[in-house]
Amino acid sequence: MKEILSGNEAIARGAYEAGIQIAVGYPGTPSSEIIENIVKRYGDTIYAEWSVNEKVAMDAAAGAAYSGKRALVTTKQVGMNVLSDSLLYTVYTGAEAGLVVLTADDPGLFSSQNEQDNRWYSRLAKIPTLEPADSQEAKDFIVQGIQLSEQFDIPVLVRSVMRVSHSKSIVTLGERKENPKTIGPFPRKPEKYNCTASHARHMHVKLEEKLKTIQAFADTSHLNRIEWGDRELGIITSGVVYTYAREVFPDASILKLGMSYPIPKGMILEFSKGVKQLLVIEELDPVLEEQIRAMGIAVRGKDVFPPYFELLPDDILKYCREAGISIRKSFPVKETVKPQNLPIRSPVFCPGCPHRSSFYLFAKLKLPVAGDIGCYNLGTLPPFKAQHTMGSMGASIGVLHGMALADIPEDRVCTIGDSTFFHAGIPPLVNMVHTGTRGTVIIMDNSVTAMTGHQDHPGVDWSVVPNRKAKAVDIESLVKAIGVGFVKTVNAFSIKEVEEGLKECLAYKDGPSVLITKGPCIFVSREPKPPYRVDQDICIACGTCFKVGCPGNVLSDVKHPKTGKFKAAIDPTLCNGCGVCSQVCPVKAIKPTGTASDSVQF
Amino acid sequence: MKEINFLILGVGGQGTILAGDVLSEAGMVAGYDVKKSDILGLAIRSGSVTSFIRWGTQVHSPVPPKNSIDYLVAFEPLESLRMLDYLKSDSTVILNEYKIPPVAVSTGQATYPAQEEILRYLEQNSSRIIRLNATQRTQELGSVKVLNIFMIGVLASLLPVSPSVWEAAIKKFAPPKFLDLNLKAFYKGYEQYVKAK
Repeated sequence: MKEILSGNEAIARGAYEAGIQIAVGYPGTPSSEIIENIVKRYGDTIYAEWSVNEKVAMDAAAGAAYSGKRALVTTKQVGMNVLSDSLLYTVYTGAEAGLVVLTADDPGLFSSQNEQDNRWYSRLAKIPTLEPADSQEAKDFIVQGIQLSEQFDIPVLVRSVMRVSHSKSIVTLGERKENPKTIGPFPRKPEKYNCTASHARHMHVKLEEKLKTIQAFADTSHLNRIEWGDRELGIITSGVVYTYAREVFPDASILKLGMSYPIPKGMILEFSKGVKQLLVIEELDPVLEEQIRAMGIAVRGKDVFPPYFELLPDDILKYCREAGISIRKSFPVKETVKPQNLPIRSPVFCPGCPHRSSFYLFAKLKLPVAGDIGCYNLGTLPPFKAQHTMGSMGASIGVLHGMALADIPEDRVCTIGDSTFFHAGIPPLVNMVHTGTRGTVIIMDNSVTAMTGHQDHPGVDWSVVPNRKAKAVDIESLVKAIGVGFVKTVNAFSIKEVEEGLKECLAYKDGPSVLITKGPCIFVSREPKPPYRVDQDICIACGTCFKVGCPGNVLSDVKHPKTGKFKAAIDPTLCNGCGVCSQVCPVKAIKPTGTASDSVQF
Repeated sequence: MKEINFLILGVGGQGTILAGDVLSEAGMVAGYDVKKSDILGLAIRSGSVTSFIRWGTQVHSPVPPKNSIDYLVAFEPLESLRMLDYLKSDSTVILNEYKIPPVAVSTGQATYPAQEEILRYLEQNSSRIIRLNATQRTQELGSVKVLNIFMIGVLASLLPVSPSVWEAAIKKFAPPKFLDLNLKAFYKGYEQYVKAK
């Protein structure tokens, strides 16, 4: 049977076919849809959860695989940094059943804070790595990954990228192969599963031997293939870049690596002998190129292509032409007349977003704000420009602690979402309490992991699986239990409440204070309220309402008679009736209407 | 089979991703190899959304080279101008004329391009423009939620694939609650252009 699947849907299908029993991860673009599709399509067969962070997910998958269940961990590329501590021990131990880690990298930084190439983790952790080129391979490589993992008693890394995860192509489906193991008592094998130094020494030697066997396997595996064509140019590539290379060089000889660690040295040698010129095309770092060079083979690679961004067909075309590599295929040429300086459409807080009022306030109060990862980082952009740092999950609270240690001569705050707080915000807050540093942590609690597509987290009483109950961990009680001396919870939609709460927090001098701005994300549980409208007779065209940065606030075509400025209006198809803009209008021209909006789209 | 490349541009929340899914499904049922690439990123936060869909005998890259798009389906006028270098000179543009000004415009940091200017650029980069106020049409139908399928209806009327294939594709993706409305929107779009001819 054939179906069009996105890479992430195909990975979910692969988990099903591979007989995976436990799938865990933390949401992050472009990986989030994997767990969601596992639940949606195979939820009866596979246990899935959003874990509190990637490290917990990795340890849980290890524990399940040690116990004999096949397990999958999903993460975006930076989540690998979080789980890496645990990844490295699992490579030493292996497990009783297959264990696959799926990383979705983001060349081109479509939705990430960096562009790290996770193929370095293959070499760092010494973990066999597969790189699918399309949805068919995304599915098949999960199945292969489990097989390899069980064959060689080692976890396997499958590396997707945004263009695999978020592209769709036709997939031929297969059957599920169940794990033959039954679960009994936990294996008492400390020499295998307890990485104390005396054990780990032996484990490391064993691992190096294992890698030699896997290296030999790579040379004969169908995962890697030579497509002989024109012998003038030989291209070595892996993953989705193969499809770009084929687009530009339909006739060239290509060595396509499905398994990019360990590299198939014999095959590479054979290929290099069969072609006149060798070119490695890989996005980001010269991971393959350096290993091939180390074999003493002359290749071109990063002297032709930059070590950043994607290498789409047009990019390959451009860089190859610049480097004097001949392109036989002819590409259509057209003189494009393009407009200059089109207005940008940067992402903004949704109409009805609970974060809007807080950022309006931060902009007004001109506070230094350490930010974190989530929707609220949109407060960095105009019109607010009110978030001054952002680096990694949970970093905001540690950075705030550092600002306090540096004793900057002003009040300081940080913002962190509810999900991000659970992920990595608790230890730095404990650190602030213990050392007594002063600063206000603003936990922006919208009752969901919003930015990545509205997943659950430990603060809510529902889970990714419908009807599976979950216990909500109460943030306010948790913060108080840690020992924070001043905690205040306010209604996020009320600018007045947020402002008063913030002032009380800033006035607290004896250690950290916490302000919880509580208001659900528009996509979670809130029914949109009737849209507001601007009374044109009252509006003085002052433009204050635009400072809340809502796409629902637009210019009308009515001019103010004195100033000649356009008066404000509200697009009723966008407004969700939160009323934040009406709170800032100095003449009370913005009022609720009676009818419900239909602006929340499926 | 002749390769056909599509580009769908719009604003987060307009349902462009689902429109591309329906288009991909219809292509597969009609016997093409199909690939689709979405830029989702922060789409849901009212940002720009891009989808490439490719139909062909064997499609390699999910993203086509420049100058190879046969049909641009633009859900919003400003967005229609963002990727003109991907259009073939004999491409067709389906343009929803309903404007959604970005915040940069409402806050006075930028000016929304004039309609004549938008049309001039589109004319210089394509050979046919089909203009409609599709948002208004779907509001009249009862909900702007079906804008995406209305636009697909207009596109479908230009393609060598029968309405029954499109219907099946819509059934697969539209939420059951909104199926009837979506089919109504599809045929409204389908006839819209036939009438305009």
